[in-house]
Amino acid sequence: MTSWSRGHQRVASDALAALSGALAVSPAEAHLVTTGLGPIYDGVSHVFLSPEDLVPAVVLALLGGRCGPETGRRVLFVLPLAWLLGGLVGLVAAGVAALPDLAWLSFVIVGGLVAANLKLSSAIITALAALLGLFHGFLNGSTMGYSADGLRALIGVAATIFVLSALFAAAVVAFRQEALRIGVQVLGSWTAATGILLLGWLLR
Amino acid sequence: MKRPSGTRSILLGLFCLLSAGSAEAHILPGQATGFFSGILHPISGLDHILAMVSVGVWGAQLGAPAIWVLPVTFPIMMAFGGLAGFLGVPLPAIEIGIALSMVVLGAAVTLEAKPPQFAVMAVVAFFAIFHGYAHGTELPRGDSALLYSLGFVMATGCLHLLGITLGLIHRWAWGKGALRLAGTAVSLIGVFFLWSAAA
Repeated sequence: MTSWSRGHQRVASDALAALSGALAVSPAEAHLVTTGLGPIYDGVSHVFLSPEDLVPAVVLALLGGRCGPETGRRVLFVLPLAWLLGGLVGLVAAGVAALPDLAWLSFVIVGGLVAANLKLSSAIITALAALLGLFHGFLNGSTMGYSADGLRALIGVAATIFVLSALFAAAVVAFRQEALRIGVQVLGSWTAATGILLLGWLLR
Repeated sequence: MKRPSGTRSILLGLFCLLSAGSAEAHILPGQATGFFSGILHPISGLDHILAMVSVGVWGAQLGAPAIWVLPVTFPIMMAFGGLAGFLGVPLPAIEIGIALSMVVLGAAVTLEAKPPQFAVMAVVAFFAIFHGYAHGTELPRGDSALLYSLGFVMATGCLHLLGITLGLIHRWAWGKGALRLAGTAVSLIGVFFLWSAAA
């Protein structure tokens, strides 16, 4: 066999591999993205592909960090634990209980507090983290309850929330430049504005 | 290390193309389909663009704290205007209000107006409601309200940031002149829009 024909044979085999790979794409699942890497990673990807969860969690971490290292550390632990707890309740209550679509409220409250640059006590921020974690966790759990590996996916979600909280709260604590702190405030304003528009969308 | 051949790169590209998600055949033009359609909405009208950029430029001319108070205030007030638009709350003379915002904000940049802080905020918040209301009534229906809203608000914020960045030339004498000229142009365009709206 000449080298020319071997080359074509390789191209043909590669094309066949590409085609078979493309045809083997897994079906979409509405409530939990399937990464093919297992339920833990499905939970991780769920956070990054769900702005209704991602944005309030990140902005709450920013809020915690703004109020100092101690508050940031509290948010770091309370938010993921509450998220996991709410998720567990949601898993059990899937199909039994339902919560209204209040994602807009999370955006307005958390974003508004960051935009207003209020100095809140550590207890208030901690309570807010617990409430937000329980609410969003419940929503996650109640939708994941329909999949077999809901619990492990929830662990992936909570672990991701923990990592994100650590990164963003620590980043804000470390901010020394005024421009960066103002940038956080502007992000809060955008978050609150998005929440208000979401409310309008719901009421329309 | 052996480099992948050109053929293999093409096949990899082909694989990626074929692996793309299923086509969404039923999306109609103008629907709220996602983040990028939200980003495109505020930059689809000259009147909105010029007013948003002027807010940023005026903030840069005023310096702290206006330079950060305005970009924080505007999106929230605009969203309240959008909410009113969504709910169909009657608000008269929307187009006139938007055109007037260009005239006033352009004049403020031209004159380097420095009113008290609360007056600056009040002016910007007042006009933000008109812009938000117009957007609220124009926003298309769709299935991705959150992503659309995020893109919409971020695009508006980025126009402010563009204005602030442009306004930083204010520190030089030639920059002050250029900003005044730009402010005059915005006001004149606003007068044209005002005339069109009133006609």
